[in-house]
Amino acid sequence: MNELANQIRYLPSHEWGRIDEEGVLTVGISNHAQDLLGDIVFIELPEIGKQLDAEEESAIVESVKAASDIYAPLAGEVIEINEKLIDEPETVNASPLEEGWFYKIKVIDMEGFEDLMTEEEYKASCLEE
Amino acid sequence: MVKTTFNLKVKIYVYIYCSLIQKTPLFNQHINAKAKMVDFHGWSMPINYGSQLAEHEEVRSSCGIFDVSHMTVIDFRGSEARNLVRKLISNDVDALKEDYDGMYSAMLNENAGVIDDLIAYKMEFGYRLVVNCARREQDLKWISSISSGFDVEIDERIDLAMIAIQGPRSLDLLDELGLSSLKTKKRFQGTYENEILAVKTGYTGEKGFEIILPNEKSELIWEKTLNAGVSPIGLAARDTLRLEAGFNLYGFEMDDSISPLACNMAWTISWQDESRDFIGKDALMQKIEEANYHELVGIVLDERTILRQGQKLYLNENKELEGVVTSGTYSPSLKKPIALARLPKKNKKTCFAEARGKLIKAKIGSPRFVIEGKEVFEERK
Repeated sequence: MNELANQIRYLPSHEWGRIDEEGVLTVGISNHAQDLLGDIVFIELPEIGKQLDAEEESAIVESVKAASDIYAPLAGEVIEINEKLIDEPETVNASPLEEGWFYKIKVIDMEGFEDLMTEEEYKASCLEE
Repeated sequence: MVKTTFNLKVKIYVYIYCSLIQKTPLFNQHINAKAKMVDFHGWSMPINYGSQLAEHEEVRSSCGIFDVSHMTVIDFRGSEARNLVRKLISNDVDALKEDYDGMYSAMLNENAGVIDDLIAYKMEFGYRLVVNCARREQDLKWISSISSGFDVEIDERIDLAMIAIQGPRSLDLLDELGLSSLKTKKRFQGTYENEILAVKTGYTGEKGFEIILPNEKSELIWEKTLNAGVSPIGLAARDTLRLEAGFNLYGFEMDDSISPLACNMAWTISWQDESRDFIGKDALMQKIEEANYHELVGIVLDERTILRQGQKLYLNENKELEGVVTSGTYSPSLKKPIALARLPKKNKKTCFAEARGKLIKAKIGSPRFVIEGKEVFEERK
């Protein structure tokens, strides 16, 4: 583990990535995103083993209001998915940053992590919307 | 995933607009209840108070209260009010026997397109129409153009608020709210006491009533109902409730190019009095003769994707015979995607939708899904 451990970064499109263990990025959507979407009813997760490019469509989240694509913050291989979300998608509304994580990827190159938005930068970008 | 960009120009516009947006007399109540407010056709309205799914469930299992004061109330007085209303709308208000009885109807143009859907009430002074706020301007213009030459006074009642109380427990509140005389009334019958018109009607498919009352009285009724343990319900749950019940929403199931025949509203056309000459009658008769119209059906999906308004549907796998989703949502009661759709009248049992690049099969059936908490969708056999 290094100084990036437990740090969280965001995409402007409202996904977050967090280094919960070395070389592994946990991905989810922000509290602001779940609030915009409203009650979430379906979530489609990527298959384990799938290779994702950075900013590639990786999952679909559908609320009563709208469907949205979820983009991968960094390139890597999907090594774990949060299967609980299939039957209990409302978990994302209740706990977007903890219980409601989507999937974990084994990141090819952590370099890009620090180029993603910090929490402060992300929050500022939400205010501008 | 949610991309929105506002430039400065838009921000200024939004600022100016916000200062013009209309508030119902219950605006402060919504803010106190932590509602998420949205601009609904120029009105600041609660979209939800936290969770639209929880609110939906509350109405199906218990009771909920809705502020629907954005709706437009128009009164017709004068010696020719009856003649005018009988000409304006496709249902016949002569079927309203007692004062405060109401009926659902369409108001049609000459081509039998639906200008608006509405509820008409017989009042001691004449008639009252409750129309959609989204259609307010078109309706008022149309009514005014038709009414010239009639001895009638037309008033838009901006001094009145409107509240709906819906759900299996809703009628238990009547005593508390001073509306005991409504108890013995049947569906679409009402009472008028202390300036409050109360009618057993609603837009959820549950037992319940709607009240139209002076703005200044609305706060007390709202607070009393909340104090009785009833939850406030936002427009988002109102939409899933009406869709499960199979009720049309203007701009979705119908518009001024769609006839009542194609949106499951044929039952609202009254042919009883053959001498009655309502607007759109000739065009309707012609359409019935041609028998070439689409029909509104209910759709249930077993897939985990929601059909959305405007999405195309096909009656076969070759993507021929096209129809369209008019409203689609996730049914909180059935825990499945449901939709209302306008399809060519072919009596098919299934149709196909394109979702995420593949063709998925959907069941066709009755355009209603849940009434009084029970599943009523009938799949075509």
